[in-house]
Amino acid sequence: MEAAPPVVCWFEDCRKESVPLVGGKCSSLGELINAGVRVPPGFALTTEGYRRFMTGTGMDHAVRAVLAGVDTQDLDALERASAQIRAAIEAQPFSVEMEDLVAECYRKLAVRCCMPALPVAVRSSATAEDLPGASFAGQQDTYLWIRGVDDVLSHMRRCISSLYTGRAIAYRAHRGFGDAEVAISVGVQKMANSFTAGVMFTIHPANGDRSVIVIDSNFGFGESVVAGEVTPDHFVVNKITLDIIDRRISQKELCYTVDPVTQKSRAMEVPFERQRVQSLIDDEITELAWMGKQIEKHYGCPMDIEWAVDKDLPAGGNIFILQARPETVWSAKSQSAVAAAGGSAMDYILSGMLAGKKVS
Amino acid sequence: MKFPVPHDVKAKTIPGTEGWERMYPYQYQFVTDDPVRNQYEKETFWFYDGLHYPEPLYPFDTIWDEAWFLALSQYNNRIFMVPPVRGVDHRMINGYVYISPVPVKNPEEIGSRVPHFMERAGHYYKNWDALEAKWKVKMEATIRELEALQIPRLADMEDLSVVTDAVGESKGYHLLKNYDDLINLGIKCWQYHFEFLNLGYAAYVFFLDFAQKLFPSIPAQRVTQMISGIDVIMYQPDEELKKLAKRAVELGVDQAVTFSKEWTDVEAALKKLPKGIEWLTSLNLSREPWFQVSTGTGWFHHDRSWNDQMNVPLSGIQTYIEKVKQGVNIERPTAKVRAERDRITAEYRGLIEKDEDRKQFDELLGCAKTVFPYVENHLFYVEHWFHSVFWNKMREVAAIMQEHGVIKDVDDVWLLRRDEIKQALWDIVTAWATGVTPRGTQTWPKEIEWRKGVMQKFKEWNAPPAIGTAPEVIQEPFTIVLWGVTNKSLADWASVQEVKDPETITELKGFAGSPGIIEGKARVCRTVSEVGQLQQGEILVAPTTSPSWAPAFAKIGACITDVGGVMSHAAIVCREYGMPAVVGTGHATKIIRTGMKLRVDGSTGAVTIAR
Repeated sequence: MEAAPPVVCWFEDCRKESVPLVGGKCSSLGELINAGVRVPPGFALTTEGYRRFMTGTGMDHAVRAVLAGVDTQDLDALERASAQIRAAIEAQPFSVEMEDLVAECYRKLAVRCCMPALPVAVRSSATAEDLPGASFAGQQDTYLWIRGVDDVLSHMRRCISSLYTGRAIAYRAHRGFGDAEVAISVGVQKMANSFTAGVMFTIHPANGDRSVIVIDSNFGFGESVVAGEVTPDHFVVNKITLDIIDRRISQKELCYTVDPVTQKSRAMEVPFERQRVQSLIDDEITELAWMGKQIEKHYGCPMDIEWAVDKDLPAGGNIFILQARPETVWSAKSQSAVAAAGGSAMDYILSGMLAGKKVS
Repeated sequence: MKFPVPHDVKAKTIPGTEGWERMYPYQYQFVTDDPVRNQYEKETFWFYDGLHYPEPLYPFDTIWDEAWFLALSQYNNRIFMVPPVRGVDHRMINGYVYISPVPVKNPEEIGSRVPHFMERAGHYYKNWDALEAKWKVKMEATIRELEALQIPRLADMEDLSVVTDAVGESKGYHLLKNYDDLINLGIKCWQYHFEFLNLGYAAYVFFLDFAQKLFPSIPAQRVTQMISGIDVIMYQPDEELKKLAKRAVELGVDQAVTFSKEWTDVEAALKKLPKGIEWLTSLNLSREPWFQVSTGTGWFHHDRSWNDQMNVPLSGIQTYIEKVKQGVNIERPTAKVRAERDRITAEYRGLIEKDEDRKQFDELLGCAKTVFPYVENHLFYVEHWFHSVFWNKMREVAAIMQEHGVIKDVDDVWLLRRDEIKQALWDIVTAWATGVTPRGTQTWPKEIEWRKGVMQKFKEWNAPPAIGTAPEVIQEPFTIVLWGVTNKSLADWASVQEVKDPETITELKGFAGSPGIIEGKARVCRTVSEVGQLQQGEILVAPTTSPSWAPAFAKIGACITDVGGVMSHAAIVCREYGMPAVVGTGHATKIIRTGMKLRVDGSTGAVTIAR
């Protein structure tokens, strides 16, 4: 008899093939860890855990009952149903058995990080085909700086409930997916105490140049960069030689950081004298770009990466990769060849001369 | 983009320089009395050739401008039939040269030039190495002919042998003839200069163009790095200094070589030592031809060679002796440069997705590597070796003119046009033959004094970087690779009118010449004779550098130049040494002062001045 799939699973036990069990996000973190990339440790509540939660608590029936009479064309009705379902899921405790499994993982994670009440990020990890684009349910349901097992459990439920937004329900109805077929995983990851964070592309997002790595960064958590709330600092690094070939330091007015009193992430104004300070030092840029290059090599395609520099750790071990996924915009385009017909040097020189260089 | 009308710029004559036009060839003038030519000049885009001429041209030095005006244009337009472009036209305002590529406008004509270009340029590309070997033979023969050329002094009584050998010609005739020969050899040498150069640059330009199409953000310095590590003779003078430094240490005469900065002292001391004489023998072997290298670019009469200014190579040898005694390896890191070149090339190549693009990349890279040695080596033959000998032959002509009272000082000769010199020589020779005083003794010294004043005023004038009407497309390979005419440079030129206070400038932009970032103290050296002041680790700020500056690079932490691109000497040497360089900043030597704290970012091309 085949063993039942696990309810919880450490990231390091996930691979890129683990998407059905732990969703795209967690499987990619597992893949990165196994490729030797520095990723904050964590674990996933698996899709099996999700199913057990839904069936074990009777939530699946409740959901079906609410959706049974809803006209999926009627947006207002859809939103009402969604609100009802989400409230029910978020109020529904996990079974004691599942709570214990999660609590045990969280405790072990805290021990590994030598930090009681370890702050973690709780994020949904979608099994892509069920949802209209990872950005829809996947990215937005990220809860930062969550501490203590009770808070972890309640934010896990909030991630689960994101399966039932109005748009997601309508999308599945439109595509003909039954609600019983969908599943979601939730990742619980040690929170990097970001001094600086941001995104990195191992291809130039503006021109598709594969020989550069482009980094956007701001102080604090990466949310301000991901959500586009600030104009971040911008660096272009030569992928081959790892030197910085272009840099734009911008005025960064706000950043996300932890409120020392409430212990919650919140937006705050960057002190004026720091707004124009480069948010990532050159050595970090080089190290980050090197990591980006290794990740691209491992996946064999240009990547879109989220990263953070942890302020609690010493230089040389303080840069973490939070997320990495294949870049989609340029990879989807089919590029036409640049070579001249004929292909000899003379052919190209002639065609280049005839075209000339536009100067105005 | 708006640029001033050339004729308006010229109309604002600097007071006291009225009539300056007579110092230069008449066809270099912007005109108002010829409506057709005037219209053409207005509609054309002219840019100031600051790359070659950081200062206004002396009338005599205009010879090389005329020489390349002819040579570049003829190869483009009459020999290789470059389809979309004819030659490069020249004008002058206040001694500053303005140039403009002339396009072929009729598409049918462009089309009809294509097969000729493919056949003719194709012949050169295909047979490059064999033709280049032939070129070297021609060029060396020309230089030998120049070296052998006699500039005879005029004796009161001709030698008896003129009679006994029945020569039938006088020294006066020989002076006139040999002056013509001297000028003609100069023009011939520039004919050879351009035989390969346009094609060489085209190969490089289009390799760069292709690489930038594949990788829009690729820094030009990385493209040039892919063709680095190829042996070129332009570095041989520096190699000779290293050899001599090691030899001095081996022979135990290093103290005698280093005890004074004055060559005459050092030479006298060495002559007293048996081993010193041995070392001097090695030195003499190196001097011909390697010490014919110019201390400047070789373009101007004031660029003297190492042979003329032995203190310069001596200072280089002394720098290397110090390094050798400290146990520092002074060899060029050629193996490392090649390994890095191969790694970079392979990585970029590996990122090319399409097979046909990879094949094209290989073809263009191969072509660029083939042409590279010529593009570097011609400089030694023409601008350095030939020119160094040429300027000294001209000094011999000038000495005769001085002897006959037509000029007061040898250096006055540079204020005359070469055809005026010919006239003056006729005056001298006929007066000598006849036994009277040359008329020029009364006219030329006055004119020369006036011209000196004009030159001074020209030097103080700020030449606008561009005038006329901006074009839409530029096809002439030189214009792109040498002068870097691009959208951005045009915009920069259009905005240069409003000059900032140099005392408040905190950032300069140039080309990213060699990667890396360093902070340090500036040392401004306007000429190579000042490099002796450099302290270890300082940042060299120079108008431009040439191979005679090479020993300075063993000491510095980074280099900044006013003029030059990613193929310039400073950029290439800094890449070899692995130190940052920002080149072509335009005016670093005017803004930066010795002792200022600088941050040089050779990866982005930015220089920051701490004020």
